[in-house]
This record gives sequence, structure tokens and C-alpha cells, in this order.
Amino acid sequence: MNTRDLALRISDLSSFEGFEFECQPIPGEMEVLQITLWEYEELPCFVSVTDSQILCITYLFTEDEVKTESRSDLLEEMLELNIPMPLSSFSKIGDRYVVFGALSISSSIEDICHEIITLTENAVESIDALEVYLV
Amino acid sequence: MSILRKIMTAVRGGAREVGELVVDANGTRIFEQEIKDAEHHMRKAKHDLTDVMAKQMQASRQVKSLNSDIAEHEGYTVQALEKGDETLALEIAEKISRLDTDLAEQQQVESTFTGHVTRLKDLVRKSEKLIKDYQRQLSMVKTTESVQKASAAITDNFASSSSKVLSAKDSLERIKKRQQDNFDRLEAAEQLEDEGSDKGLEARMQEAGIGAQSASASSVLDRIKAKQS
Repeated sequence: MNTRDLALRISDLSSFEGFEFECQPIPGEMEVLQITLWEYEELPCFVSVTDSQILCITYLFTEDEVKTESRSDLLEEMLELNIPMPLSSFSKIGDRYVVFGALSISSSIEDICHEIITLTENAVESIDALEVYLV
Repeated sequence: MSILRKIMTAVRGGAREVGELVVDANGTRIFEQEIKDAEHHMRKAKHDLTDVMAKQMQASRQVKSLNSDIAEHEGYTVQALEKGDETLALEIAEKISRLDTDLAEQQQVESTFTGHVTRLKDLVRKSEKLIKDYQRQLSMVKTTESVQKASAAITDNFASSSSKVLSAKDSLERIKKRQQDNFDRLEAAEQLEDEGSDKGLEARMQEAGIGAQSASASSVLDRIKAKQS
């Protein structure tokens, strides 16, 4: 499955688990699909498909937004929250903190949609939990 | 150096093409080709292995059959000697001697093939391990590269679109506000529905003391007392 297939199949589903999706392909060297849940348009999920896996990433905050004095507390908190957080994990790309989930390339469309919903909800939950460490 | 450590160093160094630094100076595509070549060689080695194994089996069958031939002819020699035919016994013995030579040759062939089989099997096992390891490394490097590329595409898109990138706190606030708005709207809709129905009207009438009033405990008690007297 490539990102275009995925976009078509998600558009075919009018809603899933009560959520409506909006798909928007992002051009570039690597094809990326921006998927937004109607209720959470501020926190889009970016999906890319590689040979071996489907990667779903949601950006949380940048290094600038972190209170310098409590940065190590934030990092420790994120490590501790990594396991309780369902299906997603924290990571960092460049200066951006993210939550991400990786799926097998043979995942069903339902699995992918479920992942995207969970990821977005996890992103909201995480920002809510980690807000104290942000400026 | 472990592959993860190499990737870490490359990413820390701000490399855009991690593959060039980590797996091959010419990038992941060449590395992929090398893996494909290695797989091709391994398939060939496996094919050779089956050939050699077949030849080894043939040689061992020959050895077996020569051994039984020799045993058989030794029996004939004994029989000839028992009959007192020394000449015939000698002829048979000469045949046995030829068979002995053949046997020695076949045994040599068999042991050579056995050696080949062991070496080829070892080679195939080692290549399989190496290819698996290459594939694992390649998959890690490719994932790192694709995340970098995807992230570059996303960042470019952020930059080119007019929409302002919100801070996490602002995003959260907006999401919470939207959820509250939705909740309020739902509540309002419910209220409106109540008001539109008779239920709402009755409730308001009752509030205003108009129409049938629900009996209070004290009024019921009053009524019962009135009946008693």
C-alpha cells in the first residue's frame, strides 16, 4: 500500500469510530499524507509508507516551547509515560518532540484508522499532561 | 560500531543522507544492490550445494555396491579354492584386486564431496546471516532517511502554507474550547428540544403554578385529615 492508496481508502470511509477524517497529500521527496481528525485539526497526523512499515507521526511541541529549567523532568516524564500510552511512543525529530506509531505494511485500513485516532488522542492527552513543562 | 550508534552520529552531525555515512559511501541504493547480489550468489551456492550433495550420494552408493561386490567375490574365491581350482581362484582374486582399486578411488571421491558439502553448507549459513544483518541495517537506515525526508516535506509545507503553526499549548486550548463548544451546543440543543415539547411547557406551567399541580405531601395529609373528621 502506498500513500495514494491509503488516501483513497480513507476517503472512502466517511467516518470511523465516530471520527471524520480529512486527507491531504504533502508533496516532497518522500510522499507524506496529512490526516486530520475533524475535532482535532490543530494536531494533524502525518503518515508515510516505507518498504517495511507504515509510520504515523504527530508533532507535539518544539524545543523552544520547553521550559529550560524543567527540561530533564520533562524527558524523564516522557520516558515513564511511554509504556502506559497505548500504541504510541514519544520521540524527537530534529527540534520537534513527537508521538508516533509504526504499523506493519500489511495492516488493514481499520487498523490504520484506529492507529491514527489513538495517536491523535494520545497527542492531546500528552500535551495536557506535559503542559506544566511548557512555556 | 553498531548501526544504531552510526545512525546517531550521522543524525547528530546533521546529515541529510544518512545512508551515505552509515552503510555505503554511494548511498542506500548501492547497498541495496549489493544485498541483491549477495542474495543471488547465495541462491547459486544453494544450487551448487544440491548438485554436490547429489554427487556425494552417488559416490556413497558406488562405495556400498563395490563393497558388496568385493564380499561376493571373496565368497567365490573361497568356493573355487574348496573345489581345488587354484587357477580360477587366482582369476577371481585378480578381479577383487581391481574392485579394491575402484573402491579406493570412489572412497576418495566420496570424501572429497563430503568436504565440499560441509564447506558449502557453512558458506550458505554464513551468507544467510550476513544478508539478514545487512537487511536489518538497511531497514534502520532507510527508516531514518524516510523520517528525515518526511519531516523535511512537512516542514516545507508548514513554511509554504499561510496557516500559522500553533504552539502545543495554543493547540490544546483551541481543541478544549472546541470540545466545550460542542458540548454546550449539544446541551443547548437538548434544552431547545425540551422546550419545544409538551414536557417543557408543562414544566414551565407548573413552575408558574398553572394547571394540575402535583400533590405535595402536606396537601395529601390535609386531604386525609379532612376525611377523618
